[in-house]
Amino acid sequence: MKALVAVKRVIDYNVKIRVKEDNTGVETANVKMSMNPFDEIAVEEALRLREAGIVSEVIAVSLGITQCQETIRTALAMGADRGVLVETNAELQPLAVAKLLKAVILQENPEIVIIGKQAIDDDCNQTGQMLSALLGWPQATFASKIAISDGHAEVTREVDGGLETISIRLPAVITTDLRLNEPRYASLPNIMRAKKKPILMTTPEALGIDVTPRLAVLKVEEPPRRQGGHKVGSVAELVDKLKTEARVI
Amino acid sequence: MAALVIAEHDSAGLKPATLNAVAAAKEIAGPDIDILVAGKDCRLAADTAAKAAGVRKVLLADEVTYDHGLAENVAPLVVELAKNYSHLLAAATTSGKNLMPRVAALLDVMQISDISAVVSADTFVRPIYAGNALQTVRSKDPIKVITVRGTAFPPVEATGGSAAIEPAATTDAAGLSEFVRAELSKSERPELTSARVIISGGRGMQSGDNFHLLEKVADKLGAAVGASRAAVDAGFVPNDYQVGQTGKIVAPELYIAVGISGAIQHLAGMKDSKVIVAINKDEEAPIFQIADYGLVGDLFKILPELANELDRRQ
Repeated sequence: MKALVAVKRVIDYNVKIRVKEDNTGVETANVKMSMNPFDEIAVEEALRLREAGIVSEVIAVSLGITQCQETIRTALAMGADRGVLVETNAELQPLAVAKLLKAVILQENPEIVIIGKQAIDDDCNQTGQMLSALLGWPQATFASKIAISDGHAEVTREVDGGLETISIRLPAVITTDLRLNEPRYASLPNIMRAKKKPILMTTPEALGIDVTPRLAVLKVEEPPRRQGGHKVGSVAELVDKLKTEARVI
Repeated sequence: MAALVIAEHDSAGLKPATLNAVAAAKEIAGPDIDILVAGKDCRLAADTAAKAAGVRKVLLADEVTYDHGLAENVAPLVVELAKNYSHLLAAATTSGKNLMPRVAALLDVMQISDISAVVSADTFVRPIYAGNALQTVRSKDPIKVITVRGTAFPPVEATGGSAAIEPAATTDAAGLSEFVRAELSKSERPELTSARVIISGGRGMQSGDNFHLLEKVADKLGAAVGASRAAVDAGFVPNDYQVGQTGKIVAPELYIAVGISGAIQHLAGMKDSKVIVAINKDEEAPIFQIADYGLVGDLFKILPELANELDRRQ
């Protein structure tokens, strides 16, 4: 079976973001960009399924501007077989991304789709669930363990109370949580090899999908800053302050 | 305008986060708020929901199909009910996050995730980039599907209401997914997301065994115990302890961070706490910049001392 992974280009998780002065968004010019960390986990899981002989081919899909090719190259350097870029300069919101992914999936026919549970830029946590709804497929979100057999996936999910295991029929969409695996680093030879792997280019127009945003972003602001930085010298002083000054114990 | 809040429950009762979602719904739709309780043998949860302040009616869908809240089965039910509402809301918990985007996609609308403020019936504020920016968005969709950041909306009273309970129309099982088992953490302590006091440990705790030092202090304060991602990744404690951008978002009266350096993604989960205490041996740790009270030192000495001091001053 084929596995499809979706990879998003986001501001690197180590970068301290800056809100633009005109409050239209977050500064992305001259900022280090990387693959969304949850999507790296998705790529790694698909590769492990291929190495286990369950998956035959891993396709990495990204959506957005031309530079998203770099994100696909990262997935290819990790070991994915080929890429698809849905190229557009338009702002893509999760519903549009889910529709575009559905269109790609109907062409590629994967039996398992693995994507990050959320992107660390918009923190939406929607795309996987929306995609499975549009496809009429089952979903297993926040996966920390995946076992595939007999046309089913048994997936352990990280939920608020602990862990929950469900069994879903394939084809299905699975979204990754942090403890699913530790993604590998791409080796230099694999980075070189990745340059020769094919990336299929398409567009929302070619796929026949309307990506008009449904949410208008009115403004983006800095949150109020917290005034901290006071130090106390001893446990006794701490307890004293908590009792008499902060009055929280 | 009317809002439907999808209850989070364990059949026997309502999860507290539901009351925060009702509070957000109230800001949008005033008195016209209904609650959906979907599950199996969940009459008791419906009874609790009916007592919540400001609820108009409770819709009860008590069917084996909705057992364990499988999104493939519950989403069609919510979609079926959606025609009577302008807004559909759920808490931004793992179950709300699992269900609501599926509902939104079936309705062909964008979800508005994790709102922290209501500006108007179609305009909301939500944190992005781990809470390092706040985005104000206006939805152009006919139905607003929303998840609610509980810490941003003080819960409505759990009692005082007397809403009628009506059976909801039911839908067929999708036959796509099955519940296998749950391994839920058992604890006598309060739940993280509703605790008044939280004490969390990070990588500095060095092992899971050392968390008993935190638990001793927690017992004195009636506190919940949490952890940073580093402590969960290292296997010290289970995943449900995690506070942060992708874990639980908390805002207790008092948050005590022990051996936690203060990575952005951890701060995202706790920086709205009323009072923050940091205990760390590294005086340069970023957590001190946001802490109201910082104590530099060895946590293995400080924690027992703190437990004793709390005892002494009871």
